[in-house]
Amino acid sequence: MTAPTSSVITLHINGEPHTLTVDHRTTLLDALRERLGLTGTKKGCDHGQCGACTVLLDGRRALACLQLAVATEGRAVTTVEGVADGDRLHPVQQAFLELDGYQCGYCTPGQICSALAVLEEHAAGWPSAVTADLRPEAGPPALTDDEIRERMSGNLCRCAAYPAIVRAVARAAQERPGESGTVAA
Amino acid sequence: MTTATTPPRPATGAVGTSHIRLEGRDKVTGAARYAADFPADGLAHGWIVVSTVARGRIRSVADTPVLAMPGVLAVLHHGNAPRLKEDFSGTFGPDATTQILQHDRVPHAGWPVALVVAETPEQAREAAESLTVTYATEPHDVDFRPGHPAAYTPEARPVRPAAAEKGDVEAELAASDVVVDARYTTAEEHHNPMEPHAALAHWDGGRLDVVDTTQGAHATAQDLARLFGLDPAAVRLRSEHVGGGFGCKAQVRAHLVLAVMAATLLARPVRVALTRAQTFTLIGHRSATAQRVRLGAGADGRLRALEHTALSATSTVQEFVETSAAYGRSLYDARGHRTVDSVVPLDIPTPTYMRAPGEAPGSFALECALDELAERCGIDPIVLRGRNEPAVGPVSGLPFAGRRLLDCFAEGARRFGWDGRDPRPGVRRDGRWLVGTGTAAATFFAGAFPATASATAHPDGTFTVRIAAADIGTGARTALTQLAAEALEVTPGRVRLLIADSDFGAAWVAGGSMGTRSWGWAVTLAARDLRERLALGGGVPADGLTVRSDTTQAVGALAARERHSYGAQFAEVAVDPGTGEIRVRRMLGVFAAGRIVNPLTARSQLTGGMIWGLSMALHEEAVRDTASGTLVNADLAGYHIAAHADVPAVEADWLDDPDPEDPVGIKGIGEIGAVGSAAAIANAVWHATGVRHRNLPIRPDRVLTAERDRAGHR
Repeated sequence: MTAPTSSVITLHINGEPHTLTVDHRTTLLDALRERLGLTGTKKGCDHGQCGACTVLLDGRRALACLQLAVATEGRAVTTVEGVADGDRLHPVQQAFLELDGYQCGYCTPGQICSALAVLEEHAAGWPSAVTADLRPEAGPPALTDDEIRERMSGNLCRCAAYPAIVRAVARAAQERPGESGTVAA
Repeated sequence: MTTATTPPRPATGAVGTSHIRLEGRDKVTGAARYAADFPADGLAHGWIVVSTVARGRIRSVADTPVLAMPGVLAVLHHGNAPRLKEDFSGTFGPDATTQILQHDRVPHAGWPVALVVAETPEQAREAAESLTVTYATEPHDVDFRPGHPAAYTPEARPVRPAAAEKGDVEAELAASDVVVDARYTTAEEHHNPMEPHAALAHWDGGRLDVVDTTQGAHATAQDLARLFGLDPAAVRLRSEHVGGGFGCKAQVRAHLVLAVMAATLLARPVRVALTRAQTFTLIGHRSATAQRVRLGAGADGRLRALEHTALSATSTVQEFVETSAAYGRSLYDARGHRTVDSVVPLDIPTPTYMRAPGEAPGSFALECALDELAERCGIDPIVLRGRNEPAVGPVSGLPFAGRRLLDCFAEGARRFGWDGRDPRPGVRRDGRWLVGTGTAAATFFAGAFPATASATAHPDGTFTVRIAAADIGTGARTALTQLAAEALEVTPGRVRLLIADSDFGAAWVAGGSMGTRSWGWAVTLAARDLRERLALGGGVPADGLTVRSDTTQAVGALAARERHSYGAQFAEVAVDPGTGEIRVRRMLGVFAAGRIVNPLTARSQLTGGMIWGLSMALHEEAVRDTASGTLVNADLAGYHIAAHADVPAVEADWLDDPDPEDPVGIKGIGEIGAVGSAAAIANAVWHATGVRHRNLPIRPDRVLTAERDRAGHR
């Protein structure tokens, strides 16, 4: 009697449930791409080293290539296809579009998902490796360009659109509700 | 050829104004589909097995147990693979790297020895990893080093000869007041586009239909047909979106050959995608280089002698020469002028074109040597360039088609704050950091290749333009739309541009900074011709009015000139002598690169190139283990490319650079940003620390070793 090598699971992706049978070896990335036709999430290295497959898992960023599909059952997955509100782009997407925060576009879905999480993490007061003052009374750090660069460093861009990506994230941060002038230029 | 019946008028202002990328919305929503994103009914998945030894012969491929594994459809190897044309010669000439599964020889570690095809990617991968291949190994040599006994200077290369010489270098050196004689090395670099190569192939009604990731759909389709001995008309190849290329997606590669073989044998669609690790051995790379520069000058810095020799490595499969020494041939004059590229075959993968091939490593050596000469002469490096500005091509004797190098330096110096710079090295401190600035020149040739395009007018007042161009992130799709709109004298919104389909006819690849120049020419001719036909009246038939262009004649008629783009690169760095860490604080590049079609995307391309220089200067280094012959860092954790946190404020701008003689005026901007930028950083590191770092990348341990040596502790 050999153990089963596949399971029926339900994935909750961009608010929709999807029930499918997956090989236990299938990563979340391959399940999205090969099984569900959600090819916006990209495979750059399949090793957790490039960030191209970044998605949001229960609101936190995660690398879909390092996640087995069976292990994500019951968790909420947001992919790049679920970021816009219908035809209305998310401010992060809009900023990437208008400020040319990409070139070939292959890392872009991962950059955008990461940027969404960066804004959330920053809003929640999380420090980064370049945050100078970690005392609680110092309050959340300003989302400077250096803070954005540090927090986005898990997402490689070989075209090196980095300067424009930083500008796009900074602009999207400024457009957050209640945001006024806390961002250093 | 067309005759202009009306002078061009600025009807739309399209060219020269910023437009967001036409495919931008698809890219930010995930809708843009790349080669591995296409589904197919009955799709089978191929997984490549590569050699684990660096040289030898395949003894056995144990395919029987693998064929019994779940879902496995086929195991292809040299014993059963379809035969290819042995004497294949493609767009870039003879290419024996295409001879996949054709023989039992293993020329390097990571060479394809089998393809396993299965119903699912998981099955294919497990089966491929289960396949036992045995080898009769032979001694290998992967050790690139100056003075290698097998090194030679290639003869008679049609483009860019390996050697060029005028005058008497030795005599001029002997007569010089100041001589710089320095050796430089650069590391083996890998393209690493974010999208690994992938192809989907299937036969559809007697035609081979392929989705590939390529820098030239038409060229790759033609090459594929030649390789398999197919009628070129029986191959259709598309590459709507390409996730970066940088030179490694211009040739037929193993994934494509194997996908076509498997799709043919199995009579069903097959996708083969490379793993990231496989991209380090199957798609080419930039060779390491060992270079020597000897400069002789008068006390005033005017060059009397310029000698640049460079050695790179190639494989035993196919010769490829990294033409580093050719960089100075059009840039600096000297009575004694000698530039020679040599190459040594090793048991390594075959290198290829990589962004600014030749120019990137060559400019590092020569622009650093110029900085050393400026130091020795006590002259500002920009002033030194001014004293060595040639009137005509130093080696060719041809006139320049625009050369605004000194204007780039003047504008760059003004904006960077170069004037008043203290030339002394190692004297500026900012806390634990030593701070310095550096500069370098940049140049890249502006060539053109023939292309064809078609333009169709529709009764509703819109237009469709077709050209087998590729947009690998350059912004070509948008730029060509702007050019078509300009020639049609309509707004870009009325032009629908279709690209990346081999059925659209012959067109040059996205390479050599010649894509938009070559395609833009064809698009402009077709669109202009169409506008003139429409101006004659007669209306547009219901099925549209189509005209075609072919620039073969026009490109051939282009007057011989030294036609190049230019740039001045500036960098400020901070070096921590205690940890060896180098931080680039800012970079500025000012370029003269012909007509800039779309400022928004042009800026991205130029700064992207400059960051490639940063990455080359400080980070990128493929390390080969001489014992096993394999790379020890064939992934994106071990092979570091510049990440967000490495990249400071980087600015690029440009000067007007018109060439009234040139029918397109576009010079191309794909490479110029990556030229000279590593040198500017290395020169800034010297200015910060007083140490010349002549070996790239300038790793922390190299900085620390230099500090230790300077302190006299051995």
